[in-house]
Amino acid sequence: MSVMRAELTKFRSVSSTAWSLLSALALIIGFGILYAMVRVTRPPADPTGFDAVSVSLSGVQVAQLAVGVLGVLMITNEYTSGLIRTTFAAVPRRSRVLRGKAAVLSVAIFTLCLPAVFGAFLTGQSVLSAEHLDVSLGEPGVARAVIGAALYLTVVAVIGLGLGAVLRRTAGGVAAVIGILFGPQMLAGFLPAGPADDIYPWLPSPAGLAITSTRPDSTLLSPWAGFAVFVLYAAGLLAVAAWRLRRSDA
Amino acid sequence: MIEAKGLTKRYGAKCAVEDLTFTVRPGVVTGFLGPNGAGKSTTMRMMLGLDRPTRGSVTVNGKPYAAHRTPLREVGALLDARAVHPARSPYHHLLALAQSNGLPRARVLDVIETVGLADIAKRRAGRFSLGMEQRLGIATALLGDPHTLILDEPLNGLDTEGIRWVRGLLRDLAARGRTVFVSSHLMTEMALTADHVVVIGKGRLVADTSLASLVADSGHSSLEDAFVDLTSPAVEFPSPTRNGSHR
Repeated sequence: MSVMRAELTKFRSVSSTAWSLLSALALIIGFGILYAMVRVTRPPADPTGFDAVSVSLSGVQVAQLAVGVLGVLMITNEYTSGLIRTTFAAVPRRSRVLRGKAAVLSVAIFTLCLPAVFGAFLTGQSVLSAEHLDVSLGEPGVARAVIGAALYLTVVAVIGLGLGAVLRRTAGGVAAVIGILFGPQMLAGFLPAGPADDIYPWLPSPAGLAITSTRPDSTLLSPWAGFAVFVLYAAGLLAVAAWRLRRSDA
Repeated sequence: MIEAKGLTKRYGAKCAVEDLTFTVRPGVVTGFLGPNGAGKSTTMRMMLGLDRPTRGSVTVNGKPYAAHRTPLREVGALLDARAVHPARSPYHHLLALAQSNGLPRARVLDVIETVGLADIAKRRAGRFSLGMEQRLGIATALLGDPHTLILDEPLNGLDTEGIRWVRGLLRDLAARGRTVFVSSHLMTEMALTADHVVVIGKGRLVADTSLASLVADSGHSSLEDAFVDLTSPAVEFPSPTRNGSHR
């Protein structure tokens, strides 16, 4: 608990945290509205195939970079400045530091992104209602998809933290976050169609995004199964990070 | 009290610290001397549980550092004064450390006052001069009111007044029964501050004795001359392209 309080103080006391969070919120809401407006000007020929939820949540795809980078920075900036030695001298059980950072980061990202995704959904739907393309929160799976978008972003941030802790460098960590979110799908594209389709649902980002899907999609895992797989990736990464922190010199 | 026994650190084939055995006692200021690259910082990092010894062990106040539940109450350290997030204020830097060890907020204000940073405690640390950073580093070390202080080059970047202040502070802490272990490459300064000296060269122990007897036994009149005499066989002068840093 004391370590969490300390990490919260560190998290709050640098302006880059506020800027990263603000840009994430702006991207979530801004992109959602923008894309909804684009779709309204060009309504689909067949509205039954239209996915109003995913249109209004499209900003999540962009905002994930902002929260992922925030996760990376949360630990790499301590390595850059050398502060990590002071931190580990104060808390010699280094995995407690990592757990404290993960807890503060997840709570902060979830509590800030939840209103943002709801805002993006509601404004997005009101834009789409001009062409009667909107859906309501009460329809099956819609509320889960919206909350799921905030959960997805939370786990992305934790993945960023894990990568930052393993790599210790900001540039490497940022590259790794982008790589892990987008790279595997591209690589799967090089495989023959059969194996590619088998692997695709299990890749980190597609697995995690399953929770934001509201229509039956044979290329994705079921919402909660996919999210569980995504959480396992994050947990595995944190375990590797904790192992490396414990073993190596600070 | 700090006790090193056979402390050894190798990085691959390179030996940074070799079989160091010495005890740092409370009640006196112990100077830790050695040329650049002699292994002083590596030794201090091992004392703080940051680097793992290849062989041997070191205990602080009777336990390995990492075995202390709230280490800041036992040991205060200054390793690198620049190790502060440039966008964070001294107040928040110290507050986070205090919280991690369950120290009251009042301690943060106390040490800020002690080191004379009260006027700029809420400013971004990135714009600080080295002297101000050094004061913040000393505040960090004093935060838990520890029995033992481990300070790596605390005088770097300080002006004359700052140096006098640190010297007075260290002597005062020792007089109150604390263990004070302070590295420096400024021999003239150590001659004024330390009672006891531990000297290393190329990672090996060269001397562990009182300042007075080190100077007397060497046949020289100053610590500086005695130091040069002692360490010159052990010193390997680095070429300009290969700097003394070994992180």
